[in-house]
Amino acid sequence: MKKVFRMENVDCANCAAKMSDAIRKLDGVNSATVNFLTQKLTLDADDARFSSIVKQAQACCKKIDPDCEILF
Amino acid sequence: MTRKQKKQLARIIIAAVLYFVLYAVPAEGWLQLVLYLIPYLVVGWPVLWKAARNIKNGQVFDEHFLMSLATIGAFACREYPEAVAVMLFFQIGELFEQIAVGRSRRSIAALMDIRPDTAEVERGGEVLTVSPDEVALEETIVIKPGERVPLDGVVLEGESMLNTAALTGESVPRRAVPGERILSGCINETGVLRVQVDTCFAESTVSRILDLVENSAEKKARVEHFITRFARWYTPAVVLCAVLLAFLPPIFVGNLWGWVHRALIFLVVSCPCALVISVPLSFFGGIGGASKQGILVKGGNYLEALAHAGIVVFDKTGTLTRGTFAVQELCPASGQTRESLLELAAYAEHYSDHPIARSIEEAYGKPIDQSRIQNAAEESGRGISVMVDGEPVLAGNLRLMEEAKIAVIPQKQPGTVVYLAKNGVFAGSLRIADELKPEAKDAVMALKSLGVRQTVMLTGDNPAIGEAVGQAAGIDDVHAGLLPADKVSWVETLLQQKKKGERLVFVGDGVNDGPVLTRADIGLAMGGLGSDAAVEAADIVLIDDNLQKLAAAIRSARRTMRIVYQNIIFALGVKGIVLILGALGLANMWAAVFADVGVSVIAILNAMRMLRFSSK
Repeated sequence: MKKVFRMENVDCANCAAKMSDAIRKLDGVNSATVNFLTQKLTLDADDARFSSIVKQAQACCKKIDPDCEILF
Repeated sequence: MTRKQKKQLARIIIAAVLYFVLYAVPAEGWLQLVLYLIPYLVVGWPVLWKAARNIKNGQVFDEHFLMSLATIGAFACREYPEAVAVMLFFQIGELFEQIAVGRSRRSIAALMDIRPDTAEVERGGEVLTVSPDEVALEETIVIKPGERVPLDGVVLEGESMLNTAALTGESVPRRAVPGERILSGCINETGVLRVQVDTCFAESTVSRILDLVENSAEKKARVEHFITRFARWYTPAVVLCAVLLAFLPPIFVGNLWGWVHRALIFLVVSCPCALVISVPLSFFGGIGGASKQGILVKGGNYLEALAHAGIVVFDKTGTLTRGTFAVQELCPASGQTRESLLELAAYAEHYSDHPIARSIEEAYGKPIDQSRIQNAAEESGRGISVMVDGEPVLAGNLRLMEEAKIAVIPQKQPGTVVYLAKNGVFAGSLRIADELKPEAKDAVMALKSLGVRQTVMLTGDNPAIGEAVGQAAGIDDVHAGLLPADKVSWVETLLQQKKKGERLVFVGDGVNDGPVLTRADIGLAMGGLGSDAAVEAADIVLIDDNLQKLAAAIRSARRTMRIVYQNIIFALGVKGIVLILGALGLANMWAAVFADVGVSVIAILNAMRMLRFSSK
C-alpha cells in the first residue's frame, strides 16, 4: 500500500535525506521518500504491517530530528 | 514569520544587545567568561539543547552538534566574544534560511493551487456544492463565471471563454461550446456552463498534473544522486580533517590552542546543508516552472537528459501534422466547376463514415438533402457507387476507375486522392491530406538553433507523403512506410548513432507509439493527458499539442541545469576556499559561518529563480 503523510517541522534538507534512508531500511518498506519541500512522506510498505511500519517510521524521524512529527 | 521564528528573532535581538553592551564592560578572567555566557546561552540554548538530544539518539554529525562543539571550543580557546558572535551569526543565518525555505514552500504551494475545492453538481433538480471527488461519472455540474473547472467533461449547455493559463501557460482564452470537452483546472471566464462529467476526480487532468509534479522528486537526476552520496562522505571527512588539524601540527610546532581554533573553523564549514537543499530545490523549481508552461516532467533525471538533447525523432501523424484529414486540392475535369465537384463528392460520400468522407463533407459545409441519394453501395477497398439525382456516380481510388474503364487525369501530388465519375464520365479529383501544423517549421528551426544535431521523422504513411511533410517541416531525415515495430528498430539504430553525451528525444502523440516512447532516452507525448497509455509511457507530457513547447522545454531544462551547477560550484567553492584559508590561519569563524548558512540562503534564492523565469 502506498500512502502520503504530511509532516511538520522538517527543518533541514540533510535530515530529510537521512530520514528517507532510515525508513527505507525498515523491514517491510518497499520505498520511502521524505520530501523536504512539500513536507511530505511517501511510504510504500506491506499492507499487513502498514500501521506498525508507520509507527516505526515516526520513531526513525524522531531519532533524527526530535521536533519532527508525522501527521496521521 | 511563524511563532517559532519570532521567538528566534527575539533571542537574537536580546543576545545582540547584550553582546554590544559587554564590549563596553571591562572584565577579566572568570568574570568575563560568565558575562559572555549570558548572551551565548540566550541565543544558543536551542542549538545546544537540540545537539544534546541528538547525541542521545546517536546523531553525531548534525549541524547543531557541530555548531555547539565549535563554539564551546572557542570558549575553551578563551575567544569569548568570537564564540558568542559565531553563535549569533549562525542563528541569524538559520533564521534567514528558514524564511527563504518558507517562501519557496509557499511559491510551490501557489503553483499547485490549481486544485479545485468544490464542485456544483445538479442532483434531483437542485444544485448542491460538494467536494469534487464526490461527483460521479455522467453527473452534470454547473460552472459559473470566475470559477475553476473542477472536473473534466463535455459541455452540454452554455458558451464561455476558458482561461487555460494554469494548465498550458497559454494566455489566449479558449472558446467552449456545447459538445466540446473541457479540462479541469481551467478558469471559466464569461458564461455559465453545464458540463457532463466524463472522468472521476482522481483521474482528472488536475489530479494528474499534481500527481506528476509532486512525485517528480522521487526520480532523481544523476547530479542529485552524486550530491547525496557526496554529502554522506563530506561531513565525516571534514570532521576528521579538523581532528588532524587540531592535534597533528602542534606536535611539531606547538601552539595547541591556535590549531584547535583553526580546526573549529573546519567543524563549522562541514555541514553539507547548502548542497543537499539547493540541488533538489533547483530541480523542483525547474519542474514546477515547466509545469506552469504546460510541460509536465516526471523527474529531475529527465530534465537533466533533456538539456542534452542531440537527436529529436518525430512521429508524423498528430505530432508534426494535425492528425485530421482536410481537402487540400480540387481538380475538376472539363464541364465541372470546383463547387459542383465538391457537391458531387459530398453527396456521393454521404453514407460512408470513413474519415476521408467526413473531411469532404466538412469542406462542403452545407446540409445534405438525403432524398437526392439512392442505392449507395460500398465497393470494398475501392470506393463507393451511388445514384445522385438519378444519375450513377462512382467515387473512389484509381482502381475503381480502371475497373469501370473510365479515363482519368491522375493526381501527382502526395495524399489520398478520390476520383469521381458521373454517368461513366470522369468528373474530377479531390486530394485529401493531413495538414502540417502551422508552427511545425518554426519549432524545428528553434530546435536547430538550440543545437539539436539531427531531426528525424518516422511514419507509417507512404514515402511520397512522408517526404513532402518532412520537407515542409524542415526535417533532416525521413523514414516512411514503417510498422510500429520498425519505428522501435529505427530508434534503436539512431540510439547507437548518437554521439557521447547526447540524448535522443522521441516526440509522439501517444497513439500507437508507447513502445518507442519507452525505448527513447526521453519519450515526450504531446497533448497526451487524454490518453492513459501516453502518460504512462512518456517521461515528459505536453498538455497541449503546440510543437513550440518542445524548444521551451529544452530551454527550461538547460536553465535548470545551469542553476544546479551554479549552486554546486558556488557552495563547494566557498566551502573549499574557507577550508583552505582556515587551515592556513587566514579565515576567521565568521567566514566559516557564512560558508555554512550564508551559502545556503544564496543557493536557495538562486534555485527559486526557476519559478519566476517560467512566467515568460
